[in-house]
Amino acid sequence: MEATKASHSAAADGSEKRPPVTSKKALAGTGGRKKYLPYLIVLPALVLTLPVLVPFIQSIYYSMTTYSLTNPVKHFIWFENYVWLFTDPEFWNSVRVSFVYAGTSVGIELLLGLLIAVLLNQETLLSKIFRPLLLLPLMIAPIIGTLMWKLMMSPEFGVLNYFLSFFGARNFQWASAAKSAMFSVVMIDVWMFTPFIALILLAGLRSMPAPPFEAAMVDGASRWFIFKNLTIPMLMPFIIVAVVFRLIDSLRQFDIIFGLTKGGPGSTLMNFQVSAYTTAFTYTKISDGSALMMINWLIVYVISMFLVKFWRKSQDRLS
Amino acid sequence: MATSNSNSRKRKIFFQKLVVNILLLVCFAFLLFPVFWVTSMAFKSHDDILTWPPKFVFKPTLENFQNITTAVRTYRVGAVSSDFLKGFGNSLLVTTSALVLSLLTGIPAAYALGRFRFKGRNDIAFTFLSFRFAPELLVIIPIYLIFQKIGLYDTFFGLVWVYQLITMPMVIWILMSYFEDVSVELEQASLVDGFSLFHTFRRIILPLAKPGIAAASLLAFIYAWNNFIFALILGSSKVQPVTVSALKFITAEKLRYGDIAAACILAAIPILILSLYAQRYMVRGLSLGAVKK
Repeated sequence: MEATKASHSAAADGSEKRPPVTSKKALAGTGGRKKYLPYLIVLPALVLTLPVLVPFIQSIYYSMTTYSLTNPVKHFIWFENYVWLFTDPEFWNSVRVSFVYAGTSVGIELLLGLLIAVLLNQETLLSKIFRPLLLLPLMIAPIIGTLMWKLMMSPEFGVLNYFLSFFGARNFQWASAAKSAMFSVVMIDVWMFTPFIALILLAGLRSMPAPPFEAAMVDGASRWFIFKNLTIPMLMPFIIVAVVFRLIDSLRQFDIIFGLTKGGPGSTLMNFQVSAYTTAFTYTKISDGSALMMINWLIVYVISMFLVKFWRKSQDRLS
Repeated sequence: MATSNSNSRKRKIFFQKLVVNILLLVCFAFLLFPVFWVTSMAFKSHDDILTWPPKFVFKPTLENFQNITTAVRTYRVGAVSSDFLKGFGNSLLVTTSALVLSLLTGIPAAYALGRFRFKGRNDIAFTFLSFRFAPELLVIIPIYLIFQKIGLYDTFFGLVWVYQLITMPMVIWILMSYFEDVSVELEQASLVDGFSLFHTFRRIILPLAKPGIAAASLLAFIYAWNNFIFALILGSSKVQPVTVSALKFITAEKLRYGDIAAACILAAIPILILSLYAQRYMVRGLSLGAVKK
């Protein structure tokens, strides 16, 4: 699976900057036989994982056939499934759902994560107590975390509606109503993954050199000015790493949506993966499910390629 | 003058800290409340859960934990096998085996990719990374069909193999970043002294890369344990891990609140213990080496 070569070229660039200090003389130059050594060492890991390319290629093939579990006769129909997909409102619905979901959750997570990172970077009693606890939501399995929220979101007995009742709201339907379903899953995503962004940004804040900040303070720059013109630009590479990971992961989110509503009510939450799961396994249309996943993969690929370029730029600007 | 000035400065710092603490309290109330609430729910009796307003003070009971660890329970509508402990064992077995396999093959691979310059190095490294970022269903749909054909569906081996897609990229990418940090001079010295590459690797490089191996193992284990979609599709009953068996308590009949809460807590405990150890490797591990701390 060349799945994310895109994201790679970014990382590749990163690694080129700090080349492995390979001393060719010492390691590879001791004989012609040594030339094959690295390949030999990598081989077992490749043999173990590369067979996955077979299903990947098969996926491409299936996406161009009429294959379904109930009718296993495969007719090769080239791109007809794709053409059909592009005229299907359900497909455009899943595109919209995926992007709204990923966009809003990553956007909120970035802002909240930045706030939490800045707060935890201060030396106060609570920041010391809370720092190790930041990991908690992130480490719990997404499906388990979702079940936990499902218990709290119950319209009849859920504790969240109890809190809402203080503000006069009654019988908020959470995931059971189309209106609030997206809000509910985004809230779970924000709870689960804000710590991821906060953690990386906190590491970024802590790695910053003191002199530029001291100089700005001496010059009498305001806190906001320093934050906007010094902290944020220096934090940019960290922000981008966090956003790349989060954006890709949320565009292929499955556990949260499946765990909470299985894509419902109706098709309100049918994003790419949940929709592909339903198409392939509930409606047994392997071909359409595969076509959907090919498109999902392409989108992830293109976005990661774009972000990786952006990452390189921000790193270049720093150095 | 001087004292009033320093007094007002002290006051300013005090208020700053107060604001920081209040904001932290708000943020962490949101982040920690679900864990607190579900833990308390796991120790509530059925009646205590289904009351309005919700009870914050109650008489704790182990009833829910007993429910989910008993092999078969009869409900009003037929018997539901809620063999949660078996799921727990499956998770442990599959995750550990997948990790061991990834470490055995991945540690040398990461070393070669991090140390040697050779043609195709970047391509190989990125192929491993792509497993981490590709949408899972892209390969699971065809794997599901292949596994059914060749008899690997719902088997231990099938699942351990597929879990390589989770554990291998983490092991390789996290370790690559650690191997790059190990001093080459030591390595060269050992080679110049006439020790074989294998000896040098085992006696010098491996011990130096220990923190990397710890980081990679902990994170890969956590991610594999937490995985849901692979086992949902490829392991229906025999090899069901906790993440899938926890879903069983959502029956058509009703949400079994107490059981679900207890299942969530049991499934999360091993991971929370491990993540305590993993704290200091977390940033570097989660970013697959992109952020070195």
